[in-house]
Amino acid sequence: MITNIASNYPSRILGLYKTMSLIRAFEEIAEEAFDDGLINGSVHQYIGEEAIGTGVCANLRKSDFILSNHRGHGHAIAKGANPGAMMKELLGKVGGTSGGKGGSMHIADFSVGMLGANGVLADGLTMGVGAAQALVLRKVDAIVTVFVGDGTTNRGPFFEALNWAMIYELPILFVCENNTYASSTSTRKVTAGPGPVARAEAFGMPAYDVDGNDVREVDDIASNIIANIRNGGGPQFLHAKTYRIKGHVSRDKMLYRPEGETESHWKNEPLGRCSDWLIKNGISEAEVTSANGSAYTEIREALEAAKAAPFPDGKLAYEDVQDLGNRYLGEHS
Amino acid sequence: MSMIMMTHAAAVREGLAEEMRRDPLVWALGEDLSTAHGGTSADQYLGLIDEFGDKRIVNTPISENTIMGAAVGAAVAGTRPVADLRMADFGMCAVDELVNQAAKIRYMFGGQARVPLVVRQAIGVRKGGAAQHSQSTEAWYIHTPGLVVVAPATPSDAKGLIKSAIRTDDPVVYMEHKDLWMAEGQVSDNPNDIIDIGKASIMREGSDITIVSWSKMALLALEAADQLKSAGISAEIINLRSLWPWDKDTVYKSVGKTGRLLVAQESVQVAGFGAEISADITENLNHSLKTYVRRIGAPRTPVPYSEPMENEYRVTATRITKKAKELFSAN
Repeated sequence: MITNIASNYPSRILGLYKTMSLIRAFEEIAEEAFDDGLINGSVHQYIGEEAIGTGVCANLRKSDFILSNHRGHGHAIAKGANPGAMMKELLGKVGGTSGGKGGSMHIADFSVGMLGANGVLADGLTMGVGAAQALVLRKVDAIVTVFVGDGTTNRGPFFEALNWAMIYELPILFVCENNTYASSTSTRKVTAGPGPVARAEAFGMPAYDVDGNDVREVDDIASNIIANIRNGGGPQFLHAKTYRIKGHVSRDKMLYRPEGETESHWKNEPLGRCSDWLIKNGISEAEVTSANGSAYTEIREALEAAKAAPFPDGKLAYEDVQDLGNRYLGEHS
Repeated sequence: MSMIMMTHAAAVREGLAEEMRRDPLVWALGEDLSTAHGGTSADQYLGLIDEFGDKRIVNTPISENTIMGAAVGAAVAGTRPVADLRMADFGMCAVDELVNQAAKIRYMFGGQARVPLVVRQAIGVRKGGAAQHSQSTEAWYIHTPGLVVVAPATPSDAKGLIKSAIRTDDPVVYMEHKDLWMAEGQVSDNPNDIIDIGKASIMREGSDITIVSWSKMALLALEAADQLKSAGISAEIINLRSLWPWDKDTVYKSVGKTGRLLVAQESVQVAGFGAEISADITENLNHSLKTYVRRIGAPRTPVPYSEPMENEYRVTATRITKKAKELFSAN
């Protein structure tokens, strides 16, 4: 049950809807760019899962850190990264968040505390507990949030990091986005036991289930959990149930899915649920439509700007390797 | 300020303590750091918990992935961790965090972040250590873009290099030799004395042959130099200290003078760092060479346990001498 009943509550939810719209627009337009051959790699889309990153990050501060996985666009946008710079990064252009060195799978914006998406699953967990230790050592009043998927709960570092967070009582939130698929394998078929919450509880960690397709529910529980962590409550775990509407990666034909499964989940996707609620709770349909339309306009402009931006000089490949030994990189002559 | 006799392990401990006093963002994490062992039973951390407390000398569970991964996260988040993985053999449990994360974060995020960490991974054959406690894996990390690799041979190296490693803004793999932890040597007690990474030391000057080595092998190369001297051969012994970057200037100058190069390494010779040095000198200094470059290293077998087999496996001073003499026989 939603506990936040302030009078400006519908406008808060409209704000979350705007963020979710930006993420949805970014992912759909990135897919178009991929299909048009503009992206020198692949794209892992967050479509259908927008409510989780949005609802959690709405309760974080700029000084808080987040660590993401391979599906990181939504987390970055929700944490405040500039979608224009992100789109340039996907296209490998000058002005990209990482100057074109990382691309989609390594999207990062340290200026807003987004410490990186990651191509190796579970590494965000171990780095996240270390980042939290650094905050404690530096006496910084901030927390760390790590986003992982359901598949990652089967990697060893998941268990190590949860144990570690508990023994050092770190200010950290683990968010498990359970989209039911580990790449193209149904996670249920390769996972023993009752699930992620039970695994977290085995370490004595407070753990909660939430409907990850309801941004109001995510926002509400994240608000309480994060306040608790800030007050010294130690590590906490949030298990958000959702569904990955798109494939694992942009070129995935999803041949492993039962017929009709994806279509049935479209009925439960978070933007539609959120807009229905907004319209029933005092926000005009025109305002909701306009919020969504503005997001698409912004991202279309971002794509056009990214297309127009120049490519970086190939020689930049030699920069930012390391300070020592730069004389001996073995540059092609 | 003066020179003091101390063990290699104590020298690293002193170096770490000095850097922790100098910079409150320096801290250490690893297994057994605050127990009576004070590290891997060589007292490398003994007493540090009393001075710095448990937030800076962090005794960890046996969780190599997280020891390394947490060090990466903590480095990115503004501190300078020293992660101790006890042995290079256990370092393999955390190759992912070191190679996929620590080494690449600065690059793949376009310079948004730096990863100033040190990871200690002890190498070398320790008597009876056998296949999983005696490996030397420096080549793995020299091969990895983004990493700095150092391997001290003397207590003075050990202290000077741990201090400069901690002050480096990129990840440094610090590979000390288990057999040298209790070896003694003269060490400066001046906290400002460091050893610049990338600078080799010439342990002995000579005119007929250059022997390039590192870690414990540099000390055995010195013994070999004595044996060669009695055969009328003057060997110049270079202790590289830093493996990446390595001091090409010093090696080139020496080989330019002697015209002969032998690289001596304790690790498996096949695809080892000696191969890189040999190829580099062959490509760049061929005109100065009086004969082709030789290498000596371990056979491509796991490290055996039983003493006769372990002795068969080892690179020894006598074997270095024998190999060095080959460079003076007719080609």
